[in-house]
Amino acid sequence: MDVSNTHLLDEAVVTTKLDAVITWGREASLWPFVFGTACCAIEFMATAASRYDISRFGAEVLRFSPRHADLLIVAGTISYKQAPILKQIWDQMPEPKWCVAVGACASTGGFYDNYTTLQGIDEIVPVDVYVAGCPPRPEAIIDAVLDIQRQLKREPKFELRNTDFKGKLDDV
Amino acid sequence: MSKIETIKDIELFKKIKRARDVLGFSFLLDITCVDNLNKTHPNATRYELIYILRHSEFKETLIYRVEVAFSEVGVESISSLYESAEWAEREVYDQYGIDFKNHPMLKRLLNHNEFIGHPLRKDYEITKGQQCTTSQDLMDEMKPLLDERQLDMNEDTLMIVNLGPSHPASHGTIRTLAALDGEKIVAATCEIGYLHRGFEKSCENHNYNQIIPYTDRLNYCSAIMNNIAFAKTVEDMLGVTLPDRGIFIRVIVGELSRVIDHLVCLAAGLLDMGGQTNYWYLFNPRNDAYDFLSKLTGARLTNSYMRIGGMTHDLYDGWQSDLEDVLKKVDLGITESLKMLVGNRIYNDRITDVSPVSAAQAMSYGFTGPNLRASGVPYDLRFSNPYYYYETFDFDMVVGSVGDTYDRMMVRFDEMNESMKIIKQAMSRIPNGDINIDDRTIITPSKECVYGGIEGMMNQFKLVIDGVKVPEGEHYGAYEAANGELGFFISSDGSGTPYKVKVRPPSFYHMSAYPKIIENYQVADAILTLGSLNIIAGEMDR
Repeated sequence: MDVSNTHLLDEAVVTTKLDAVITWGREASLWPFVFGTACCAIEFMATAASRYDISRFGAEVLRFSPRHADLLIVAGTISYKQAPILKQIWDQMPEPKWCVAVGACASTGGFYDNYTTLQGIDEIVPVDVYVAGCPPRPEAIIDAVLDIQRQLKREPKFELRNTDFKGKLDDV
Repeated sequence: MSKIETIKDIELFKKIKRARDVLGFSFLLDITCVDNLNKTHPNATRYELIYILRHSEFKETLIYRVEVAFSEVGVESISSLYESAEWAEREVYDQYGIDFKNHPMLKRLLNHNEFIGHPLRKDYEITKGQQCTTSQDLMDEMKPLLDERQLDMNEDTLMIVNLGPSHPASHGTIRTLAALDGEKIVAATCEIGYLHRGFEKSCENHNYNQIIPYTDRLNYCSAIMNNIAFAKTVEDMLGVTLPDRGIFIRVIVGELSRVIDHLVCLAAGLLDMGGQTNYWYLFNPRNDAYDFLSKLTGARLTNSYMRIGGMTHDLYDGWQSDLEDVLKKVDLGITESLKMLVGNRIYNDRITDVSPVSAAQAMSYGFTGPNLRASGVPYDLRFSNPYYYYETFDFDMVVGSVGDTYDRMMVRFDEMNESMKIIKQAMSRIPNGDINIDDRTIITPSKECVYGGIEGMMNQFKLVIDGVKVPEGEHYGAYEAANGELGFFISSDGSGTPYKVKVRPPSFYHMSAYPKIIENYQVADAILTLGSLNIIAGEMDR
């Protein structure tokens, strides 16, 4: 074959950047780890079940080991007692990784403004998407996954994320 | 108001032993404490302990009050009389710092091990959070268990395994530390409190109607039942009852919640077992039930439908056909699921004779609801102390025989059918008329009255600012929720905010038995036992 005739390759080859290809592949294959503790976890179960079916958006491979996952979904209230465990799970996830705070409690502590509840998981781990609701409807949780995908589209860079984040448990 | 007998702290143990052995109060429901710091009586001691007991015939409740002046002096532990007292006393110690003498393991239960102070004391500020940096290793609890069994941790055959709290089958919040010999669990201990959200402290800072949304999030699989249980207790204190239509609506949505709760429990339990098809079959009708509830109340899970003295609004037009449709789908889901389970050798071999709980044990552990009935104890508040016309409905109590995992699951399957029977009867019998009581000091007037006249506006203002004024006194109200007896002990000082609220959560006592009943079974069996007990962390940890 005469390779100097470049127009033959035009229809078979797309020229792009490696970063963009990897991110494009990653977009529709997020592997979530569900850190479900309370009411929101029940709604996450509904999101994964057949009616709402999160696999339509390529995020159905629920991992129960953080080492296999790249998307942390925190669904439920995180107490101070639970915080070191959340931190440990996050640290065990390989980079690059994303985090979704599902519901009022994970986002801000919700109406549990008291001695035992962490006032938002962003005190411990960096959060990419916050989902409103108490608990949010399954559609809202799906929207959060789509939001992560949109973020991936916007910044197709292949680098470590959140390197400047400092959580309250990072130095202890 | 409940009748409370005051006894001296030195005679506490003797009195309760007598109540158990002579009077037949074989069931300890709950232990709690009231901190009298903000009370105006000059002669009240700083703390009062409250012991709630139930008779073996299940009709009578006995409440003892013990005055405790100094927390460090404390009282005698009754954990040798009732298994359920062990965790109940630990919780009181954790929250109030009351010492229980001769308690086998008096340490914190709900709050983390680095916590300083006792949060439910009146002088502990509600927003004063304390960071926790590490989890405890639980070896202080495991070591005595191993010594008791003459096992050596350094032996090769013994392995210590940590399960949870972040484990797919531990519901995210339950931690179990198990010592294994091969696959067999030889000793186990549990740690709870990972979902402790300060419900009781929050109650002391909100008025009665503001507490309704907090009750939603106790057992979030059947939120409406918690609403009803709380509202009913406060209504009993006020001495009011709902009009018949209101009562029937409560029966209908309450029983529907029971069906939903059991559907979630069974779907998740079967999923843990690998029966994923059952999960779809049971979860889909649950979604249909949620469609009905969101049309009725505006929310899928946390409905906040009830108010003190009634509910937010009446049923919508055309609810009958929607509800009938839901019942048909639930029925189909149960039938399809049972087709795959009944006579299924794998299913039956997997759960028969796993972690059986005898009737006597179950009572001592403080089991209630389906888990107690699975052990063959015919106790259901809807039969023993009927409320809301339950005595006029035609339905059966489902009772198991040996209390193993099989019984606990099958009792729930059958209870869904009984609940649907009740719903159908209530649908045909529901009268027309008011849904709320007619009292402007309890129920907010309609919007026309509020915007159309000074009197209505004042009623609304007083109710929003002050809340419903509940007469001074203490009351224990119980309700048969999906998981068992859901009780509220409320102490009122006459204002619109409760002085103290204590929930008697069924899951808390089921969980306290869990490390004991999984012993001598395999790890895989323990997962199914946990699923069949239906531990809901929201009500367990509060």
